[in-house]
Amino acid sequence: MSNLEKYNEVFIKSFEIESSQLEGDLKYQGVPNWDSVGHMSMVAALEDAFDVMLETEDIIDFSSYNKGKEILAKYGVEI
Amino acid sequence: MSIFFDDLGCYGDRAALIGGAGELFTFGELVDNSSLIAASVPSRSFVFLVCQNHPVCVFAYVGFLRKRVVPLLLNYTISDGQLLRLIGVYLPSYIFIQRDRVSDFLGDYVEVGGFLGGYVLLCRRDGFCPLLYDELGLVLTTSGSTGSPRLVRLSYQNIQINTESIIDYLNITADERAITTMPMSYSYGLSIINTHLCAGGSIIMTDLTLMDRGFWNLFNEFLPTTFGGVPYIYEMLRKLRFGRMRLSGLRYLTQAGGHLSAELVGEFRDICAGKSIRFVVMYGQTEATARMSYLPFDKSYEKAGSIGIPIPNGQFKLEDEEGNIINSAESAGELVYYGPNVSLGYAEEMSDLAKEDENGGVLKTGDIAKRDSDGYYYIIGRKKRFLKIFGNRINLDEVDQILKNAGYDAITTGKDDQLKIFTTQNCEDKIKSLLTEQLKLNQSAFKIQLIKNIPRNDNGKILYNNLPE
Repeated sequence: MSNLEKYNEVFIKSFEIESSQLEGDLKYQGVPNWDSVGHMSMVAALEDAFDVMLETEDIIDFSSYNKGKEILAKYGVEI
Repeated sequence: MSIFFDDLGCYGDRAALIGGAGELFTFGELVDNSSLIAASVPSRSFVFLVCQNHPVCVFAYVGFLRKRVVPLLLNYTISDGQLLRLIGVYLPSYIFIQRDRVSDFLGDYVEVGGFLGGYVLLCRRDGFCPLLYDELGLVLTTSGSTGSPRLVRLSYQNIQINTESIIDYLNITADERAITTMPMSYSYGLSIINTHLCAGGSIIMTDLTLMDRGFWNLFNEFLPTTFGGVPYIYEMLRKLRFGRMRLSGLRYLTQAGGHLSAELVGEFRDICAGKSIRFVVMYGQTEATARMSYLPFDKSYEKAGSIGIPIPNGQFKLEDEEGNIINSAESAGELVYYGPNVSLGYAEEMSDLAKEDENGGVLKTGDIAKRDSDGYYYIIGRKKRFLKIFGNRINLDEVDQILKNAGYDAITTGKDDQLKIFTTQNCEDKIKSLLTEQLKLNQSAFKIQLIKNIPRNDNGKILYNNLPE
């Protein structure tokens, strides 16, 4: 599975959404399940999927689907 | 009787509230704005206050309490349907609500004033006014999210005494500044507002969550000394690596609103000790205004896992199944609380608002507890089928009813932040979306398991112990 597929799968599973909802840069609180609780489980799932540990600043800056790609790039994960 | 809200003007130019945009209001301004909102509302009216963590909602709350207008606090996330149902049951004379929520469904009401933050005061067209018991001061919901009409009736004495007790054991002074992490309509969130106002401290009012950059911007700019958290707030703090955050102004943290795992209690106790922050575990229920017990900070190692000792003015007893008092240490029984902060009772319909004190200062908590030989209490189980999920109290019987009404053969159990649904039908996704929608909870709260049939005894009673692990 490519990194993009893994990345998308985390979003789709954590927020129970369709892949089409990721288009157009899905944002924090943009769907009901991406609330603070969902954010916490999404970050945990990404950390597992890519074997990284996000810094506090990066967790709270992770405000959208696209922003998340930029953040993961800092940890050497190219999506 | 007099209540602390009457005297808030004495703090004059001290800061009382800070809004999400950094706007600051002194106690003097708080009192002035409060009076303005309550000006056209007669004493002993019943009002719905649909609140956000915004200064204007504190103005309204304080204004109503000062004028002996009785508000029901509702969180702004309540759906139009649930709000309409509650209006139909309780027929409030006024509604304080955000203007953009006002539409056809509020046709029985007319706008009589507009205030900060896009809030309006609506007045009932037919002038109807429910009859209220003289000492009734405030009404809160029990479950926040299921829209149940069951409310808790609190007296002026309840609010006054519980506020004083909390200030006493936490040693809250005018130097403290809290930041909100919970809705003000929730008894724990409200108790933080009450205690800090009463002590002359200040509160940063925001609905932003810990996962929001904006929350931490406010935090770093206005340097709160304290906040409270239900268990999932502490889960988030752990995820954010609280131990590595630089939060120099923090002096004390409180935890209540459900059981925090021993592991997390230990972790936060250790981290806080390293940062000279007092971490205080507490216990309470809306039925006791807010607080019933706390674990004194200096006992947090010795009595780890305990809900502590009763608050000043309160007392615990343990009762066996026949209602006899258990006097021996380490014996389990239902935890019963005695104190002047025990609510007057519930309301299920409008006429209940006229009822006098039904509890007589005694509250059966529904929790099973034991006491050690030093007098510290430990919760070991629940008698009633309630869960605390992400800070929301969920009545499992109500969830069963929702599932049944939707035509599912399913039952629920659960522990801490997890609601488990056993069903004989293969429709996991549909059940999840139904419950997410109805209970307003993140879907991660639900775990669904397919079973062949629901175990019951001959009388049809569900055998919860026979469910798979």
